[in-house]
Amino acid sequence: MTPQATVMIAAPVSSGRESQLVALLASMNRHPGEADPANSSVPFGQFCQLHMARFSVLHARTNDDIRAHGVRPRPWQPTLVFIADIDGDPDLFLAELCVRAGHGLRQIFSHCRDFDASCDDLLAWLHQRKQRPAASYVNWRGRTVQQIHEEAALVHFVRQQLGAVAAPGQVPPEPRALHRQLRRAMLAELADLRLRLSPPAPTPAGWWLGNLCHLLLIPLLGLLLLPVLVLLAPFYLWRLRHLERTDPENTRPPAPSHLQALLAVEDFEVTNHFNVFGQVKPGLLRLATIKAGLLLLDYSARHIYHRGYLTRIRTIHFARWVLMDGNTRVYFASNYDGSADTYMDDFINKVAWGLNLVFSNGVGYPRTRFLLKGGAEYEAKYKHTLRRNQLPSACWYKAYPGLTAVDLDNHHRIRRGLENPAPSERELREWVSLL
Amino acid sequence: MTAPRQPVDFTDVQGLVRFGHSHLPSSVFHLLWVKDASAARAWLGSAPVTSAVSEGGRPEQVLQVAFSAAGLLALGLEEGTVGGFSAAFTAGMAGDSNRSRRLGDTGPNDPGQWRWGGVEAGVPHVLLMLYATQARIVSWQEDLFNASFAQAFEHRFALPGGLGDGREHFGFMDGISQPALDWQGESPPGGHWRDAYTHRLAAGDILLGYVNEYGLYTDRPLLDPARQPAAAVLPPAAEQPQFRDLGRNGSYLVLRQLRQDVPAFWQCLDRAAGGDPARREQLAQAMVGRKRDGEPLLQAADRNAFTYDSDPAGQCCPLGAHVRRANPRTGDFPPGTSGPFKRLLRTLGLGSPSGRDDLIASTRFHRLLRRGRVYGDTIDLARALLETPGDADGDDERGLLFVCLGADIARQFEFVQNAWLNSAKFAALRDESDPLLGNRQPLPGALHSDQFSLPRAGAPAQRIAGLPQFVQVRGGEYFFLPGLRALKFIAGSER
Ligand code: HEM
Repeated sequence: MTPQATVMIAAPVSSGRESQLVALLASMNRHPGEADPANSSVPFGQFCQLHMARFSVLHARTNDDIRAHGVRPRPWQPTLVFIADIDGDPDLFLAELCVRAGHGLRQIFSHCRDFDASCDDLLAWLHQRKQRPAASYVNWRGRTVQQIHEEAALVHFVRQQLGAVAAPGQVPPEPRALHRQLRRAMLAELADLRLRLSPPAPTPAGWWLGNLCHLLLIPLLGLLLLPVLVLLAPFYLWRLRHLERTDPENTRPPAPSHLQALLAVEDFEVTNHFNVFGQVKPGLLRLATIKAGLLLLDYSARHIYHRGYLTRIRTIHFARWVLMDGNTRVYFASNYDGSADTYMDDFINKVAWGLNLVFSNGVGYPRTRFLLKGGAEYEAKYKHTLRRNQLPSACWYKAYPGLTAVDLDNHHRIRRGLENPAPSERELREWVSLL
Repeated sequence: MTAPRQPVDFTDVQGLVRFGHSHLPSSVFHLLWVKDASAARAWLGSAPVTSAVSEGGRPEQVLQVAFSAAGLLALGLEEGTVGGFSAAFTAGMAGDSNRSRRLGDTGPNDPGQWRWGGVEAGVPHVLLMLYATQARIVSWQEDLFNASFAQAFEHRFALPGGLGDGREHFGFMDGISQPALDWQGESPPGGHWRDAYTHRLAAGDILLGYVNEYGLYTDRPLLDPARQPAAAVLPPAAEQPQFRDLGRNGSYLVLRQLRQDVPAFWQCLDRAAGGDPARREQLAQAMVGRKRDGEPLLQAADRNAFTYDSDPAGQCCPLGAHVRRANPRTGDFPPGTSGPFKRLLRTLGLGSPSGRDDLIASTRFHRLLRRGRVYGDTIDLARALLETPGDADGDDERGLLFVCLGADIARQFEFVQNAWLNSAKFAALRDESDPLLGNRQPLPGALHSDQFSLPRAGAPAQRIAGLPQFVQVRGGEYFFLPGLRALKFIAGSER
């Protein structure tokens, strides 16, 4: 199994050079906000381990919101971020990136404040600007880009074979006969190397060990801290409730021009991309809460939610939560299937509690009760807050256009069904229904 | 999140919210542009707009009136006031290309080619909806459109419509399933917990100013009478009584003129059925999701008392059938989630037996109250099988003047149109969008959207490929159908 990793580079943009940078990034696109996979600056399509990537410029558009807490906003320089979701080793990916797209990357990052045109070690420069997410989510751990393409090709082949069977008025063959027939056809294609189904690579031992330690150590740590936490709980709750009652909301609708800028880059693909950049509320309690919330999220994403769903949501491919600027800001970036409105409705109707846990520690968020209730349940307010703090991506890439996370899962199930020489009746019925 | 019981005040609501006026077979929707704002206000101030009061029998003639955002501005409402309506309404149906992408208004549906509305033809200001008997409609129209009317408005389009004997042009019974509005505010709104599907819907999901399914109020312009004394005619806002509510008792009205190519529909199905009339009929039923007489495709106590829980794979009623896409009849939780423990598990995303739950959103947040009418001459099956597809154009064209009401255009009409009807990924389907409405445009990655699948037990779904487009958008806009007091305010608004 090849684990997935996420890479994020962040570098402040030189003053006065942002519009040039944005124009350069736009020149890499085939639709507004959507990269041409073969663009000459960063030819994303050439990287066979790259699922999704994006360049965005982070603006603190809502920086002044924190004044409502009686706090002066920290200055923020617009910052270019690059994010990539990849298979395997992130260091290897960065190195490959510098080799294949060194020129383009230099051009892009030369718009950043501390990039020296004569800098001859781009790789080291990038490494210095890596940001570790506080939490990250992968829809299906171990599903590589190569596997996705191989399975898509298999399914395409199978469906071609199926053409006549599926036509109206045809009497379908028995499922077992169909399975036998398609399996035989698949094996012939594999033998002739017209199709490929690579076996999963061995799981890297270091990763496996690290994951096991993570699985055990975090609960152990929790257990050790439990007595202290129990002691602190009443005070924590009392203080939390106080803050929840008094923290200012900012649920004004986004300015029409801002909404327009967001909409302009949405819905060209079946998958969309989301950037939210806001501030953490002042005070130790909020910082501790968001850190604990993100730890819990990261833990559950790592050990529970890596098989196609994040609680009840099946449409997110990759997501990450990053604390920035000395833990005073939080950046959330995700890739999800469907339109932004369906995404927000899913949030509200299915996981309001989960969002509240993390984002209620962000400035302006609709009022919560006991951290889990309220908040995102205030539908309109929540949508306004989210949209106000959302930013468009400048250049976004996806390696498998037109396919949703559910499609990828279906493809894999079809493959598994075909690889099985003797499926049970039940397995057979399920498999047939996926064709 | 409990709100006080609030019965709807029918005297202040336009009749269309409560009734389809189906006792009046003739209708004409007039699209007007404001020529002289003060004359227009004067005419509107004395227009005999019909309320939703039902005492004294059904009226013999009905007038309803609605405004686009551009229309409200043209009539003199302040920009800040109009900006208090939802973003979708103020932007308009064809306001930007992103919205067009989401609504499927691309290719032959592109707003640039619309007969009315859209970028080229311009956004109409006022929608007047007249309903009467056939004998009466013309003379009544003449009465209404007097000299002061001619001075006030430029009249560019008249869209006549009818009931079509309760059937749309493909020949299917329409208007069977509607949400049942909770007019009296009796049942507490579901908030975040209502497991199973029901037709019942909070009044605030259709009418502005009332509590919606979330137990909340939808955004709408709330005016300060201290700053705008004219706002005193408006009802107070339920949740902030110091403000006056321009939205209360009003609703958003979505109008779309949808041309139907009936010969293309039946000839395509005839080919797919190899000329067998029984097969052809079966395929047509599967696409609609009901039989021609409106009977559902699965066992039901009555025509509208069913959900799809017993047919999760769509073997009785295909997952992609029009009515199933338009209203999947899902609850907040997948079927069989009972008891607090199971609910907790499901909330965490665990314990999903099929692994296929949660693909479709809970329906109650996405209901539409439909008030459409058919237009153009009906065509019977025999003729439809002979005529050349695409021929009926301009004056001969036929179709549906689709109208729906709702309190949130984005969450209701746009969601249904985008995520359910138009989506090639609805319910984990592939390569297909709504069999009736789809624009058949390919997806990124060269994937199709022009197929239709009929799931079968123990066999791959039966598939019809290469469907042509049957329904084309010819015009459309978002309107605000105000309450009667709000109409008085609009008619009295001088800048
Ligand atoms: C020319 C275009 C259309 C035709 C021919 C058509 C036809 C039909 C028919 C025959 C029914 C079944 C009658 C019933 O259940 O009440 C139906 C139901 C429905 N349609 Fe359409 N329709 C069209 C456009 C639309 C559009 C544009 C929408 C929404 C955006 C829509 C939403 C609905 C809904 C919500 C139902 C009720 C489903 C239920 O509650 O079970 N329809 N339509």
